[in-house]
Amino acid sequence: MRRVTLYRVLVIAAAVLLLELLCLTGVIDRLTMPPPHRILRDLAVLLVSGSFNAAIAKTLTNASIAFGLALVIGVMTAVALHGYRAVRETLDPLFATYYAVPIFAFYPLLIVLLGLGDAPQIGIGFMLGVVAIVVNTLNGLDRVPQVLRKTARIGRLGMIETARSVTLPCAAPYVLTGAKFAVAYSLIGVIGAEFIMSRGGMGYEISFAYTNFDNATMYPLILLILVVSISINAVLSWWEKVLLARRGL
Amino acid sequence: MSGEGWKSARNAAVLIAGLLAAWQLLYWFAGEAAMQPPLATFRYTARLVVTEAFWPHLSESMRAFAAALAIAVAVGLLIGFWLGFHRLSGEVFEPMLVALYSIPKITLYPILLLAFGLGMPAKIAFGAIHGIIPVALFTINAVRNIKPILIKTGRTLRLGAPDMVRSILFPAALPEIFTGFRVGFELTLIGTLLGEMFAAQRGLGYLLMTAIGLHNVDLIMAVTLLLVVFAASVSTILLVIDRRLHRYT
Repeated sequence: MRRVTLYRVLVIAAAVLLLELLCLTGVIDRLTMPPPHRILRDLAVLLVSGSFNAAIAKTLTNASIAFGLALVIGVMTAVALHGYRAVRETLDPLFATYYAVPIFAFYPLLIVLLGLGDAPQIGIGFMLGVVAIVVNTLNGLDRVPQVLRKTARIGRLGMIETARSVTLPCAAPYVLTGAKFAVAYSLIGVIGAEFIMSRGGMGYEISFAYTNFDNATMYPLILLILVVSISINAVLSWWEKVLLARRGL
Repeated sequence: MSGEGWKSARNAAVLIAGLLAAWQLLYWFAGEAAMQPPLATFRYTARLVVTEAFWPHLSESMRAFAAALAIAVAVGLLIGFWLGFHRLSGEVFEPMLVALYSIPKITLYPILLLAFGLGMPAKIAFGAIHGIIPVALFTINAVRNIKPILIKTGRTLRLGAPDMVRSILFPAALPEIFTGFRVGFELTLIGTLLGEMFAAQRGLGYLLMTAIGLHNVDLIMAVTLLLVVFAASVSTILLVIDRRLHRYT
């Protein structure tokens, strides 16, 4: 295992070094991409100066709101749907094809409906994330052992109380799997929407820098987004693994 | 087929009727300025698809998508077979692919635009990077899960590498590879459109963005409808084939 990690670090280092060499020798010209060490330095300067703090805060806030909405509404929808077989079977084709539909195509419609504020970006992030939560929560609820449901019935728990204290805790690892996807999706949705058309946020700043050939801003911001999304994903994957291991799955 | 098929047809019909009803309700709620009702949108779409101006956009998007899909499948299969067979490479690179899968790839688009220039190649490259990773990840799993006895049989018959792939590995891994193709198809389509929405001079994504600029609600609704119907119907067909392939394994 250690050896594999070492190789992985070596491969990444080699890739960065190759990029650095290509940039320094001019195979990749300056206007296309600055060398990696410059990007890192620009990123440090940019973070210390704090000039993009507002944009970073805006994007992360909107993505968190989108994720929060997706989580709450998604789990509630799944709990409600789980009781109604017919409704669920009808919605199954929707869930199966949902991620094939370019959700971003709805963005213009959302702008027309909600105006060019924060709402359409949050809307896209929410729309991308919510179905992952619903599908995975349903999957988890399907696997709750019958004996737990019976225990809840013997305890005369109501539907909401049963979900809160019996079935949802039991389905938690699956909800977390959905949540992991939803975090990634809400970030993708919010940043993508900012990119296409908006008035602020990291996506907007990158697209603004792109139109102004401002590579000293564009590349560090792209790097920042990549680092943030990869680390969030790594933390959630690790947590998921811990939860699953505790259940012996 | 008959019982199951009839049931899923009925479910799909109920679902479509429900979505149309929701659309009409939303129209009554949001009003004339924000959106159009289903019937008016169908009429406008029917008129739009016979206009001269529409076809260059459609063919541009379709050509970009087809090229991107071809590259995604070819490169994805290549990476997948390599990482699936060569254990060490698989262990080193697979987690990197998973990490790349979760990043908002839209942020990479400006880099592609700088590298390829505004036009077809950048669009194709952007569509392809969305599709390569899922195709590769599913292929890796497909190759790893081939029963060892099949490979042993091939060795006993002294098959060379090309024969081994063609007559044993590929057929055995086909169902799982097809699932990868399906997901790759969906993501490549999303990627291609997303690229057109951010920066392009032609294509359906571009048409959608100019419609916002002109506040042409009819056009926004019509193009969104076309994209959603296309994506949903192709993905349903692929899903049916996918399930049928998996039934025999």
